[in-house]
Amino acid sequence: MESRDHIDTTLNHLFRQESGKMVAVLIKIFGTENIEMAEDVVQDALVSALETWKFRGIPDNPKAWLYRTARNKAIDIIRRKKHSKTIDFSDPERKLLTSEYTLASTMDNFWKEQHIQDDFLGMMYACCHPDISSENQITFILKSLCGFSTKEVARSFLTSEDTISKRLYRTKEYFRKHKIRPRIPFPEDINTKTKVVLSAIYLMFNEGYNATHDDQLIRKDLLSQALWLCKSLLDNERTQLPEVYALMALMLFHTARIDSRISDQGELILLSDQDRNLWNKELIAKGSNYLNQSAFGESLSTYHLEAAIAYQHCTASSYATTNWKEILNYYDLLLTIDNDPIVFLNRSLVILELNGPEEVLKTIQKIKNHKIMSTYYLYHAILGEIHERLMLPNKAVEYYQQAIELTQSKLEQSLLRKKIGRILN
Amino acid sequence: MKEFLMLIRGGQEKYNSVSPEGMQKHMEHWQQWMGGLAKEEKLVGGQPLMNEGNTMTEGGNKVTDRPFAEGKELVGGYLLIKANSLDEATEIAKGCPSFEYDCSVEVREIAPMG
Repeated sequence: MESRDHIDTTLNHLFRQESGKMVAVLIKIFGTENIEMAEDVVQDALVSALETWKFRGIPDNPKAWLYRTARNKAIDIIRRKKHSKTIDFSDPERKLLTSEYTLASTMDNFWKEQHIQDDFLGMMYACCHPDISSENQITFILKSLCGFSTKEVARSFLTSEDTISKRLYRTKEYFRKHKIRPRIPFPEDINTKTKVVLSAIYLMFNEGYNATHDDQLIRKDLLSQALWLCKSLLDNERTQLPEVYALMALMLFHTARIDSRISDQGELILLSDQDRNLWNKELIAKGSNYLNQSAFGESLSTYHLEAAIAYQHCTASSYATTNWKEILNYYDLLLTIDNDPIVFLNRSLVILELNGPEEVLKTIQKIKNHKIMSTYYLYHAILGEIHERLMLPNKAVEYYQQAIELTQSKLEQSLLRKKIGRILN
Repeated sequence: MKEFLMLIRGGQEKYNSVSPEGMQKHMEHWQQWMGGLAKEEKLVGGQPLMNEGNTMTEGGNKVTDRPFAEGKELVGGYLLIKANSLDEATEIAKGCPSFEYDCSVEVREIAPMG
């Protein structure tokens, strides 16, 4: 995921990543009312690359090859559509495309490396417009900027291609109607707008991290795309905000542990039982680096605190020697930023480690009547755990069973069944 | 060793609906396959062909502004390989990744000088 600078030795996700960037540039050229046109040009350019490269091998600079091909195809389209109304040539940025004298040089300007980066980020901000629902945001980002096919997006969300097509259509309609102009926000808006982008990235990451998928490949795909998007924000001076560093750190800490979370038999393994030797030390070191870099400015975001918690877990030599006190401290700070019942619930797991089941049963009462809890599997799973430790097996089993009914994840279900089995035997 | 021509036909329609990741996978298969042939010194060369072209008929008097064959029959590219026999060349051709996209592959021995 970090190695896109070394494209010459391995292709990585060249096609995907470059397709996202080219789509962004072409949307800038054709306008947000012509997103399909941009996508078609990119598909054409990729097909040309495939047809040529398979016989001739990959050129020295595949990126430049793709950009040049897309540029030439875009010029063809501009020449063809010069007199039609499909493209809005009255826009000052496009005016010079209509004259043969200035077409090529204007076009080249669109394809300068710095502009490509900016357009890509600009599209990311445009997709994360607050008027677009968060699931539509991620759908569009995956499709247009991460180069996923509709089928791949559908698999990522465990839904049908039809649903995804509808979501994409709605977002495109929104762009068309409001003539959204993609750009990196002005400094005065950058903080608020970046928050929305980060939450979309984190949502995408969690879609891959959480155990709703049986398919390992899709899950890792989503993780690496989320990391890639976050890294693109960090690569641009204008979007290098403390929160972006913090989210990058947080995601790397989680990614470092991904291989120890699931057994060879495909079962979920709890943090306390994970083989810490499997944790990726390189990613943990990278995460720590980003976490250090995140400590500037005045904002202490939830990502900072979540990353700090994850850092404690990543650097503890065993479950028993985890610094629960420090972690509790971070949870308390988290609750002062966002009084989220789910954060409170996770905090109660820390209380369980620190002060035992009686104590946690008292604190958990506080969120008992919160409406999310009655249908939230984790709440019931934690109550099961508490009652198991209180030596109240019947009650524990009851809670675990409720938790099983409330989760869609097969992995979670089988873990909970295992716990029940442990009590009954 | 004899030389053989492999004509690869079709595939274009299917390429248009493949995702970037799918293309990447396909590309990697080609790299591996061609790399393998090169390593065994069986690869002489290969070129892709553009879809556009002219076809001359009627003693060169009639020019049609497209290749003779279209769609599934359109030659997308060719490879020259070395093999001891048509059977061996055919076995090599069976490994061609173009079958992933429903292409057809025709193997022909290059006629020797005699």
